[in-house]
Amino acid sequence: MAINWFKYSAPTTFYGLAGKLIPWFGISAAILFAVGLYIGFFVAPIDYQQGEFYRIIFIHVPASIISMFLYLIMAGYAALGLIFNTRLSSMMATAIAPTGALFAFISLWTGALWGKPMWGAWWVWDARLTSELILLFLYLGYIALHASIDEPRRADRAAALLAIVGSVNVPIIYFSVKWWNTLHQGSTIKFSGTSMHVAMQQAMFITLVACWLYAIAVILARVRSIILERERHTKWITELPEVK
Amino acid sequence: MNGLDIWMRENPIAYVVLGSYAVAFLIFAVEIAMVRHKRKITLQQVHLMRDAGDEE
Repeated sequence: MAINWFKYSAPTTFYGLAGKLIPWFGISAAILFAVGLYIGFFVAPIDYQQGEFYRIIFIHVPASIISMFLYLIMAGYAALGLIFNTRLSSMMATAIAPTGALFAFISLWTGALWGKPMWGAWWVWDARLTSELILLFLYLGYIALHASIDEPRRADRAAALLAIVGSVNVPIIYFSVKWWNTLHQGSTIKFSGTSMHVAMQQAMFITLVACWLYAIAVILARVRSIILERERHTKWITELPEVK
Repeated sequence: MNGLDIWMRENPIAYVVLGSYAVAFLIFAVEIAMVRHKRKITLQQVHLMRDAGDEE
């Protein structure tokens, strides 16, 4: 049986689908966090150079990866909304921004906590750290710009331009450790392999998936509120069981 | 070395857990609470609008 995926690009059908998916993503995220952190703290060995401090990696790396990917996804949705004038795309971009900003903040915060015992400083104006800070400002700029315009469709268009232009920062973050001499270490996991202990890899991968599932659950919950708010004048909203 | 430097080197696990994971999960909890609050407020607005429409 073929599934018509375009059906779910309309807020009317997506609203119900998102509501069904949220508990699955949320519960899976909680279970995977528990498993990942158990492996990370009780199975993975101590690092011979960094001691116990390296265990920040299990939240720092997933938060950093997700903050970058969410920005690209947000910019992609914003571009779709701008080009095809699709309502749901712009709503998705608006829903992603706060979660992306929080992950960027967690990345910077945990990075500072890691930097202090390793480098002796909470913060250095290193290319990787500075470009990640710019990413946080781009998220905040997107949220502020969107909130400053009353008419939602105009706000979507203005904020979309910022999101698209700002996406140039994401490859800069990723390649910063290769392009410049940075205090921040280079990629530990490469396509050619890794020197990390297998338990460390497992814990990092599981917490990465957990963070993704959490982010999806929260974004879907937020987009449902945005759909309710923007479509409140329509008949299908008044027929919803939670509204009746 | 100041007091915090000495403490973090003596208690690295507490430093990692309280400084990173507790803060991250607190942020997640606040985000979830905000999303739930937003939904509650939006549903109240929709109910008010529907009730106002019924009275007209």
